[in-house]
Formats: sequence, C-alpha cells, structure tokens
Amino acid sequence: MEAAPTDGQQGNSSPVIRIQHLYKEYISAAGVMPVLHDLSTHIMHGEFVAIMGASGSGKSTLMNILGCIDAATSGTYLLNGRDVSAMDRDTLAHLRNELIGFVFQGFNLLPRASLVDNVALPLIYSKVARDERIARAEEMLSKVGLAKYRDSRPNQISGGQQQRVAIARALINHPKLLLADEPTGNLDSHTGHEIMDLFSELNKRDKITIVLITHEAEVAAYAHRLVRLADGHVVYDGVPAAHLPTQALQKI
Amino acid sequence: MITAMLNEAWVSMWANRLRTILTMLGMVIGVSAVIIMQAVGQGAQQQVQESIESMGSNLFIVLSGSSTSGGLRSGSGAVSTLTTDDATAMEELPMITGAAPSVRDTAQVVYGARNWSTQITGTTPSYFTVRNWEMEEGAPFSESDIRSATRVALIGKTVADNLFGDESPVGKTIRIKNSPYIVLGVLSEKGQSLNGQDQDDAILVPITTAQRKLLGSQFAGSVRFIMVQAESAEAMPSAEKSLNELLRQRHRIREGAENDFTVRNLTAMAATAAETTAVMSLMLGIIASISLLVGGIGIMNIMLVSVTERTREIGIRMAIGARDRDILLQFLLEAIIISIIGCLIGVVLGIGGALAAQAIADIHVVITLGSILLAFTVATVVGIFFGWYPAQQAAKLRPIDALRFQ
Repeated sequence: MEAAPTDGQQGNSSPVIRIQHLYKEYISAAGVMPVLHDLSTHIMHGEFVAIMGASGSGKSTLMNILGCIDAATSGTYLLNGRDVSAMDRDTLAHLRNELIGFVFQGFNLLPRASLVDNVALPLIYSKVARDERIARAEEMLSKVGLAKYRDSRPNQISGGQQQRVAIARALINHPKLLLADEPTGNLDSHTGHEIMDLFSELNKRDKITIVLITHEAEVAAYAHRLVRLADGHVVYDGVPAAHLPTQALQKI
Repeated sequence: MITAMLNEAWVSMWANRLRTILTMLGMVIGVSAVIIMQAVGQGAQQQVQESIESMGSNLFIVLSGSSTSGGLRSGSGAVSTLTTDDATAMEELPMITGAAPSVRDTAQVVYGARNWSTQITGTTPSYFTVRNWEMEEGAPFSESDIRSATRVALIGKTVADNLFGDESPVGKTIRIKNSPYIVLGVLSEKGQSLNGQDQDDAILVPITTAQRKLLGSQFAGSVRFIMVQAESAEAMPSAEKSLNELLRQRHRIREGAENDFTVRNLTAMAATAAETTAVMSLMLGIIASISLLVGGIGIMNIMLVSVTERTREIGIRMAIGARDRDILLQFLLEAIIISIIGCLIGVVLGIGGALAAQAIADIHVVITLGSILLAFTVATVVGIFFGWYPAQQAAKLRPIDALRFQ
C-alpha cells in the first residue's frame, strides 16, 4: 500500500518522528485546557527514548498523538516524513497497522481470544491469509518465550506474560516505531526489568525505534535518551539520569 | 478477511450465548409468524379460488321471485315463476352462452343394500357447460333424454363413493324414490362450494324426468332457478340488463311493478369472497411483519448494548489498525448472522407450525417457495437495517475515546 517513503535503510540519519510547534488543548466545561504547549522535537531511527513527567505534564497525550490515535490541535507531526495531520481515518488506521506498534500499561489484550489470536489480530487488518497469520503469530510468541501458551486466554497467564503477548502483538507487523505507555506500570519490579530487557534487546538487535513513557527513573535508565515534560513542553532532553555523572545529576 | 470476521462474530456471539439466543428468538418468532400467516392466508385464497373455478365462470343465477299472499311476503324461489321456456329464450340472447333451467329436491337413493340421502337436480345438458362440469366416467345425458324424460342419472363423486364403494357405477341401476334409474356416468370432482357445501354430493337427472316423475311439481315446465353463463366477464353487466328486460317482457311485468324473479351475479359474489380472503391474507401478513419488525428492533437494541460494552475492544482494534469499515463490518456481520440463523430456524418452525395447523385444526395451508424467500429476504434486510446504526456508531468512534472508555 502507499505507505510512508521507505527510509529504513538510512539508519540513524532520518527522523522517524518530527514534531514542530505542537499544541493540544482540551475544551471542557471549565474552559480551554492546554495540555501540550509549543512542543517541538524529533526522534531518529533506531533511538530508544524515555519520556518522563509528572501526571498532567502531557506525556500520555503526546504518546497518543505520536501513535496516531489522537490528533494535535495545531502544529505539524511528520511520521516517517509524512504529515499525519492531513490524513484521513483510513490512512491513519493503515499507519497504525503497518508502522506503529502500541504497548499499553493495561496490556489491552482481547479477553476472549487465545494468545495466538491476540498476537495475530493486527494481521487481519493487513489482509494476511489465515495460515500465514497463525504461523507469524506463533513465531512471535516463541520470540517472547510464550509459545507453549498459544491457546491460553489472557486471564490464564501472569501480568508479565500478558505484557509479553502485547509486545508480540505490537511487533507482529514489523513496525518502525514501538510506543509503550508505562509498559511496566502494572508489573512488579522484577517482571518490569524483564520487560525492559526485552525492549533493550529489540532496540539493539532489531533496530526498532522505541518511545516509552515511564515515571520510574530505573525504567528510563534503559533508554538512551530522556525527554522530560512539564506543563506541556520539554524541560529536559538528554542522557537518562542513570548515565549521568553524579554532579550533573544534582544540577537537574 | 471475511472468514476471520465471521470467526470473530461467532466468538463474541458464543460468549454471549443466552443474549444471542434471545435476540434470535425475536427473529425466529417473526419469521415463523410470517410463514404461518402466509400459508394460512394463501390456503384460504386457494380454497376460494378453487371454489370459484368449480362454480363455473361468468355465472348468473336467476331465481323465482317472492310472492305476496295475504300481506305475507315469502322469499326468493317461493313460487315458481320461471319456466324452461324462459331458459330457452335466454339462450337466444346475444352474450349468453348457455342457460340451464333447474329443479331441485332431496331424496333417498338406494343401490343394493346401501342407501344415501342426497340432492337431486333436474336440469338440461347446458348445465354441464355453464357449470363447467365434466364427466369422470361414462357419458352425460343428452337432449334426447330431455325430450323423452328417460330415467337416467349422473352421480357425483361423493354419491358414487357412498353407494358403490370401489365398484364402477356406470350402467348400474339405482333407485330414487323407489323408481329405477340407470347411472350414465360419474361427474368429476368439484370439492367445496364457496359456502362450504360438498358439490359432489349430488345427482343430476334430465329436467323433464325430474319434473314429471320425481318431484311432481304443480306446473309442468316450472323451474326453481336458471343458471346462466355470459360469454365473458366484460359482457356481464349488459347480459344482466338484457336478462332483466327479457324476463320482464316474458312475464308481462308492467312499468314500475316489482320483478317476480331475481338475477344474481354469482361471479361478482365470488369476486367479493376472493377479495375478502385477499384482504384477510394481507392483514395476517401485516401483523406477522410487525412481529418481524419487533424482532429487528430487538437486534438493534442488543447490538447497541454490545457496542457500548465493547467500546474498549473497538479502541484496541482501532489502535492496532482496524479501519472504520472493519469495525462496521464486524458488528454488521453479527447482526446479519443473528437474523439469518434466526430466519432459518423461523422457516423450519413456520413450516412445521403451518403443517401442524393443517393436521390439528384442519386449516388448509399453502406453503410456497415465494413466501419462504420473502421471509428470508425481509429478515436479511431487517438484519442489515437494524444492525447498521449500531455498527455505524461503533465505526465512527474516535480511537482515543474508545480506548479510554471505562
């Protein structure tokens, strides 16, 4: 299909995400509530970025806009070089299907479907034949170490395992961009580390661009770049705290 | 793609089994009601149609008029003012293809050890053409039988069955009022008349024989009624007019005086009966359709609930790449599957119900492929129509709103 121009081979030189002067406002009974305020940044291919910020800082909103499930009020968002704000719903759906993998805090698996069906779900919407869907889903499940649970339901496995299934689902269509909204938020710290190890490996081995939201510095430390938001704009953009020398850390 | 969708629709329907079945029930009842009502309505119409056809087409019956004696007026046919000559004169009229003068009485008929009470009609060979009545076996009587008043009889199917059983009646001698008559033939089966009488429970004899030997009527040549056939349906109004004029003239009725006869248009009466059953059939159909409509509303109701319940799921699907039309199709398919399965069950129950009504309540039913197809089409249309709105509601949700829905 007529997806974004393929620039996967250009490595770190091309931005997967470029946002300029992004504004997002919510209009409620109380009046206009600004959430993102003149936010500009870009994320290169292959980067591993953690976004932090207090609640209300706009990080989830930013994530939703990046994932094309919400739209900015104004400003431009270029995903893989294409302007997202001008696209219709079908094209956006297509982008979400082919370019983006989403991992949620609450896993968001379909409770009634088996794990293999959950993982294969995005392929239904990219019109892949059934046999291939199942084969690819099984392969992806074994990649996250859950091949033997292929016929289980999500409620029959642990939270950490569910998140692995969600990651397998996010990766099944070989996305350029993996977005994770507090992926360890519902997990104990040990399981959280396992999930983060998986992210690191995906970033290192498969060169997948990862953007994740977290409020734990420990989790952010897995990333190579930290973007800190406050009141809808970027207040810090650089190396995650754990990588900094101690004196620099005290300055922040 | 579509098989995956069907599978998903099935999974969600199975997960809400009871609800799915109850929703389907609305459809089942609607469709079976339509089929049963159609079967009963068409059955009634067919019965009326058959009676009309058995009666003969473009028919008038001319009855003797009422009489007034001492201030008391008696009904039609009380006095015999009509004669065989009237009938002969009628046959001369243009637009009239036949006029059969008839006399009638009930008598006991005996063959061997069996006997049977039936209606004896004395008439002329015109009767066979006018009533469109053919022979099943043997031959009809002829003009020469009329002239010589021979003792011959044609018997109806019911009479034949009751007197002769499996035996062939042709050539046998029966006794009517103790006089012997030779059975010339058996009349073909006509079934019920419009007012429910068995038309096959009858014996026809030459009118002269009946007048002289059987009924012993006061005036030779007087008849009870004359069956008249016009050449076409279009000719009936003018034929009726000429019949009236002819009889007034022949009976010497003065200007302004009342007729001593009555001309009734049997075909018009039959048309009214047919219309009545058609209207009844339509009413039944409408009532049944309303239950189908209610079934459809039930589907819509449940689909709306289902969309609300699964808003989060819709959000997840959209987040991983479902387009609006994928969501639309998913919910629409569910509605259509419910209505089609409901319809299939309804068709089976409907046919069963109609046949049961026929067997138990002795209601004549006609099940046509057309009425089944109609029910099927309507059910599918209802499914699409009532499934569309909820599916549309689901498809136009914003992904972020759907995902955040609690």
